[in-house]
Amino acid sequence: MKKRIFALALVASMILAVTACGKKEPADAGSDLIKVGIINNDPNESGYRTANDKSMKEQFTKANGYEATFKYSLKNDEQIAYAQKMIQDEVDYLLLSAADTSGWDSVLKDAKDAGIKVILFDRTVDASEDLYVASVVSDMAKEGKTAVDWLKGQKLSEYKIIHLQGVMGSAAQIGRSGALNDAVTSEGWTMVQQQTAEWSSDKAQEIVQAVIDAGTDFNVIYAENDDMAKGAVAALDKAGITHGTAEGAKVVVMGFDCNKWALEELLAGNWNYDGQCNPFQAGDIHKIIQKLEKGETIAEKTIILDEKGFDAATITQADVDKYGI
Amino acid sequence: MTDVKVKKEFSIGAFMGSILRHQIFIPAAALVILLLINLVGDFFKDSSFFTISLLHNSAGNPVLSGNLISVLDFGSELAILAIGMTLVTAATGGQDISVGATIAIAGSVVLRIVCGADGVAYSVSPGTLILAFGAACVVAMICGAFNGVLVAIFRIQPMIATLILFTAGRSIASWINGGALPRVNAESFTYFAGFIPGIPIPTPFFVAVGCIIIIAIVLKVTNLGLYTQAVGINESSSKLNGINPVSIKILSFVILGLCVAVCGLLKVSRASGITYSVIAKDIEMDAILAVALGGNALSGGKFNMTASIMGAYVIQMLTTTLYRFEVEPDALPAYKAIVVIVLVVISAPTVREKAKSLWTKMTKGQKKVKEVA
Repeated sequence: MKKRIFALALVASMILAVTACGKKEPADAGSDLIKVGIINNDPNESGYRTANDKSMKEQFTKANGYEATFKYSLKNDEQIAYAQKMIQDEVDYLLLSAADTSGWDSVLKDAKDAGIKVILFDRTVDASEDLYVASVVSDMAKEGKTAVDWLKGQKLSEYKIIHLQGVMGSAAQIGRSGALNDAVTSEGWTMVQQQTAEWSSDKAQEIVQAVIDAGTDFNVIYAENDDMAKGAVAALDKAGITHGTAEGAKVVVMGFDCNKWALEELLAGNWNYDGQCNPFQAGDIHKIIQKLEKGETIAEKTIILDEKGFDAATITQADVDKYGI
Repeated sequence: MTDVKVKKEFSIGAFMGSILRHQIFIPAAALVILLLINLVGDFFKDSSFFTISLLHNSAGNPVLSGNLISVLDFGSELAILAIGMTLVTAATGGQDISVGATIAIAGSVVLRIVCGADGVAYSVSPGTLILAFGAACVVAMICGAFNGVLVAIFRIQPMIATLILFTAGRSIASWINGGALPRVNAESFTYFAGFIPGIPIPTPFFVAVGCIIIIAIVLKVTNLGLYTQAVGINESSSKLNGINPVSIKILSFVILGLCVAVCGLLKVSRASGITYSVIAKDIEMDAILAVALGGNALSGGKFNMTASIMGAYVIQMLTTTLYRFEVEPDALPAYKAIVVIVLVVISAPTVREKAKSLWTKMTKGQKKVKEVA
């Protein structure tokens, strides 16, 4: 029994030690800093999230006039609990990238009643529009459409596509798959294989390997993120199938997210296209807050970030440095 | 005359019974069924499942390619994990659910040393690699020992004890590299999970075979297998016989840690980098499944290592088969679940017990009928 209690205590102390590593900045009492509470997804989730979190941390500093609290979770209920805590702490602004689109109604109402302005970033939620003051989001369907339009513009003699999807049901997957599915129907393209690799480079490699093993012909790889494109290319390299921009290369490789290394692959001509998913909402949010602080109103409630698509034929080193995350 | 006939049939019955009773029967049968499904599928496909062709990869080296090669290639990590998981299951009667997260830690350690502080490496020297792999082994073994101590000394249920690293592991992996996503741009680093120039068989297969040979020798030469089973079957009586259950349990977790380190190296070599939240995701479930498919009791005790390893390749064969038949991506997990449920139900002791008694009844019945006649 004693051992059990000791074990429990050990576990508890470990958990405490782990949570204690979180950032805690002492509150500057009586300052005129703007208090913002930022609820984000776990920065380890992806390169996108790491860049996103980094840009938020760089923007919302004391030097810029903010007192920021950061909370991270990939789980909706935990995020809601953080939001409730922040409402109790009377933050001025609540910035939110929700893990899930549903379940936010009541807590956003509480925030509104407490006079806290909510700004959504990266992802939107299923809640009445008057519950938040603004949203700065990516339009995943538009990202998909930009990529598919580029693919149409390539005017290949035939389109035989391997489609590597992200985790089914995620916003990025739905948006990026939707555009391609539409084009496959309207243009009469062939879908050789459509399968989810769950954002994983390993699984993507396995799926493309299975198509190669089956001896099926294909000439386009449409991967919904960079990691999966990389896995696909590994399978191509294994089988000696040419890809990229080289003369006579057989397979067109497309990725998303614009990781720096992925853009370097474009620059080297190993891939053909990379679609951007802009993680830099911090600047836009800063502008919105400054406007609101001055008592101005916001013209547009939803700001859709400008997102580019890069072509291996036109990308420059400057693009890699500027847009690589 | 009739006497001889009865005798002969009886021996066939006994033979069938012994096959059915043999633990390897279930994974072997599953493997045969999957191969048969693919054989039938060959009639509907342009190419055979069993074709193996010699290609040249982009570096100009010869490589073998084909579905069966893919199964051996991609199934390696699972087979290696199944070794450790079998021992942990046998000794503690529980499972380690933190292996995916500790693979992330081990992989992160490898990349930390290979890439240094820059986060990118363009060349990798053999010395650095050995150092990196050694460090990953040490770290993964410490993680294993941590789990083992919680389970053996503090008597926490294995699933709860390993829940700690399951939850924290991927964050720890990210801390090791300061949240950066390091990557390796060196050709030689991909040899572990690809092909060594001149050798057309995928390297992971050799790694898996190496691990299997090592564990086979260890089980043959030492008393590890016997002691592990003794502890799993009855801890107190094994203690009375001079075996230390605590050290055996911790040892099983440490061995699993070693398997995890090998998998970590293979995984980061496959990706030439790491994504903390995605690497080896849900692999612990597949590893536990491999042990279960091998017909090993998840409540501990007796184990059959060969059956577990075969179970791992069955799972990979299933995945490859599902990809081959182009199942709907939304439905992929459901298909997998259905096959797994069928396999696990068949291999469940109660079902096998029933089948066995049914079989003996049938053969005995036949015998009686013959005697009456």
